[in-house]
Amino acid sequence: MNGAQALWQTLINHNITTVFGYPGGAVIPLYDALTGFPEMRHILVRHEQGASHAAEGWAKATGEVGVCIATSGPGATNLVTGLTDAMMDSVPIVAITGNVPRALIGTDAFQEADITGITMPITKHNYLVRHANDLPRILAEAIRLARSGRPGPVLVDVPKDVQLELFSGEIPAPHARPESPSPAREAIERAIEALKKAQRPILMVGGGAMDASKEIIEFAKAWNLPVITTLMGLGIYPSKDPLWLGMPGMHGSVAANRAITNADVLVGIGLRFDDRVTGKVSRFAKNATIIHVDIDAAEISKLVHAHIPVRGDAAKAARYFADHATYLENKEWHDKLQEWKDRYVRHPVWSAGYAIKQIVDQLSDDDILSTDVGQHQMLAAQLARFQKPRRWLTSGGLGTMGFGFPAAIGSALADPGVRSIVIAGDGGFQMTAQELATLTKYRIPVKIAVINNSFLGMVRQWQELFHENRYSEVWLGDSNPDFIKLADAYGIHAVRATNSEELESAIQAWLNHDGPSLLEAVVPNEHGVFPMVPAGASLEEMVETHEEAKQKQ
Amino acid sequence: MSANLYGDTPSSPTKDHIISVIVRDEPRVLTRITSMFARRGFNIKSLSVGTTENPGVSRMTIVVGGDDNILQQAIRQLEKLIDVIKVIDHREEKFVDRELVLVKVTITPETRVEVRHIAEDFRARIVDVGRYALMFEVTGDEGKITAFIEQMRPFGIIETMRTGRVALSRGSNADIPTQVYTDGGSKSLEPVLGDVEI
Repeated sequence: MNGAQALWQTLINHNITTVFGYPGGAVIPLYDALTGFPEMRHILVRHEQGASHAAEGWAKATGEVGVCIATSGPGATNLVTGLTDAMMDSVPIVAITGNVPRALIGTDAFQEADITGITMPITKHNYLVRHANDLPRILAEAIRLARSGRPGPVLVDVPKDVQLELFSGEIPAPHARPESPSPAREAIERAIEALKKAQRPILMVGGGAMDASKEIIEFAKAWNLPVITTLMGLGIYPSKDPLWLGMPGMHGSVAANRAITNADVLVGIGLRFDDRVTGKVSRFAKNATIIHVDIDAAEISKLVHAHIPVRGDAAKAARYFADHATYLENKEWHDKLQEWKDRYVRHPVWSAGYAIKQIVDQLSDDDILSTDVGQHQMLAAQLARFQKPRRWLTSGGLGTMGFGFPAAIGSALADPGVRSIVIAGDGGFQMTAQELATLTKYRIPVKIAVINNSFLGMVRQWQELFHENRYSEVWLGDSNPDFIKLADAYGIHAVRATNSEELESAIQAWLNHDGPSLLEAVVPNEHGVFPMVPAGASLEEMVETHEEAKQKQ
Repeated sequence: MSANLYGDTPSSPTKDHIISVIVRDEPRVLTRITSMFARRGFNIKSLSVGTTENPGVSRMTIVVGGDDNILQQAIRQLEKLIDVIKVIDHREEKFVDRELVLVKVTITPETRVEVRHIAEDFRARIVDVGRYALMFEVTGDEGKITAFIEQMRPFGIIETMRTGRVALSRGSNADIPTQVYTDGGSKSLEPVLGDVEI
C-alpha cells in the first residue's frame, strides 16, 4: 500500500465516502489510487472553489465533515475562499492538497505554493505530511479536529512523493468523538438567578447551537422566553412558534432589534456577536445583563462584555436551563413584542422580495435552502420560514458570493431524499456558474433560482443610501448572459419569469421538473432591503423604509 | 457597559504583560503564534523561545503590550491553537524574569577604570576586551538592564543586543505537569493532543 492508498482507506474507515475535488499534477498518484476504491464517490467539480463550498454544503447539511481535494499551487490557492468561509462560520471541512515532491519544496518549483503558510490564519490547524507512515494518523487527527469543540476547517498538504511512498503501518480506527465540555455549575446557576428576575428577557441563538435545537426549544418554552435566531441560527427555533421573533441585526426584524434594545436580560447561546448583528457595539443591548454561553472561551467578552460568562456545550447548557425553569409570565413584555412583530415589510407585487416570497412559500419543512450573498440572501433570510435546523445554508461571516450554488450541490448529495434549492443573484451565480457542468455530469437535482435584477443589488443599495446614487460599477444588465441559454448550454432545463403572472407557473415547472433545473426571475432593480440598520449605527437607529433611510441622511 | 476590544472605552490602562506559552516543538509553531498576534493587531514587545527539559516541547516568554482585554483575548486565542499546550499568565502567581544583554562600550585611557567600576557595581561580566572598547554581559530584570545601559551611555555605547525577557514561576511546581507529555522521546502528536482540551 502506498501513501495515496492509505489516504483513501483512512477516509473510508472514517465513513467518508464522498469527496469533492479536481485533479492536477501533484495529486495524480491520489487519483490513480482512487481507481482501486470503488466505494469512494469522487465528485469532479469545475473549480476548486466549488469543491470547497460543496464540502461546506455537505457539512452544514449533515453536521459531518465535508472533504475537498485540490492539487498543489493554483489548485490549493483556489480553496482559500472556501476555507476562510468555513473558518468564519465554524464549518467542519478537511481539505486535502497535493504538493510538489519533498525535495522540491522551497525551491519555487512548478505549481508550488506554501499552502500551509497561506492557510495558517484561515484554518483551525494545518499539516504538511512528511512521511507516508504519518499520513493516516494525521488525517485521522485532522478529521477529529475539524469536528471537535468549535468546528472548523483543517488542511492536510501531501507532497507527491509521500503519496507514492510505501506505507507500512496500520490504518488507525477513527478517534472517539471528544466529549464537549459541560458548563460550570456555578456559572449557569448565576445565569438562572439573573434570568428569574428578568422582566424583559430574550434568548438569542446562533449557528453554534445548531445541534442543540431540541434543548433550546424546551428551554424557551419552559421559561416562556422570546427567541431570536441569528442569520446562522435560522431553523434552530421553529418559526411557527409564537415565541420566535425573527433575525436580529442589519436586516433583522423590527421585533428582534427592538427586543434587543429593550431587553433587561439577554441569553446568547452559540453566537459571537458579529458586527452585522450588534450594530454599534457600545449601544447593543445596553440595558441588559448579558449571559453568554459558548464553547469557545475566546468568544466570551471578545466584542460584547458578558456579565455572566458560561463556557460549554450549547445543548448541555440549554438542557440545564430547561430542567431548572421558572415560567416567566411578563405579559406586558410579550404584548409589546407582538406589537413589533406585526411590523414587517410588504413587498410590491413585482419585486425581488415578492419573487423570493413566492419561492420560499413553496418549500416544505425538509427542503434545504441555500443562498448566495446579497439582497436576495437577506430577503430569503427574512421571508423563509424554517421549522428545523440544518435546512438553511448561507455564507454568514465571510459573505462569500458564489457560495450558494456549490453548497447546494454538496447538500443535495449529502441527503438525496430532500430537495436542495438555491436562491442566487445574477452577480453571485456567475462566480461559480461553471458548476452547472457538475450538475449535468451527475444529474444532481439542484433547483436554482436566479433573482436577476441586473445589478449588484446590495452595493447599489448602499450607493443609493450613502453615496448619493453614484452607481459605480454595479450595472450587470448590459453584459449578463441569457441565463436560460446558459443553462441550456449545459443541458439543464430552465424557465424564465418576467412578471408575477408568469412566476406562478414558472415555479411549478421549475420545481416539478425531474432533475436539475433553473428559474430566472427578472425583477425590477430599484428595490432595497428593509428594515435596515445603517453600518456603524446602533440597532435602535433601524429604518423601516427607503424614505426613512433617505431622511436620516 | 460594553467593553470593546478595539473600541472607544478601554477598560484598563495599557501596560506590559508577561506570559509563558508552552508549545509543541513542531515546524511553523513560531509563525502560528506570531501570526495570531499580527492578525489581531496585538503587540508583541518581546519574545524569547527555547527548548525545555522535555524533548518535543518548547517554551516561549512573550511580553504583550495592551490593556487587560487584549491580554485576555491573546491568551484565549493562543489556547485555541493546536500546538499550544499551555499558556501561563504570570499575573496569577509570583515569577522570576531575566533578560540578558551584550553591551559594547567605548573606552579611552581616561575612562577605562571608571567604566570597569560601574560594571562591577552591576555585576556585569567583561566578555571581550579591546583597545577602544569593552563588551559586557549583564543579566537581570528589565530595570537593572535599562539602568546599566543608562550608566554606560555617557561613555559611548557602540551597540547592544538584548535577548528579550524569559520567565519562570516561583516555587517547586512545574508550570505543566510532566504527564502531559509522558513519552518524552517520541515526536508523536498523539499523547500530547490526547491530554489537551481542544
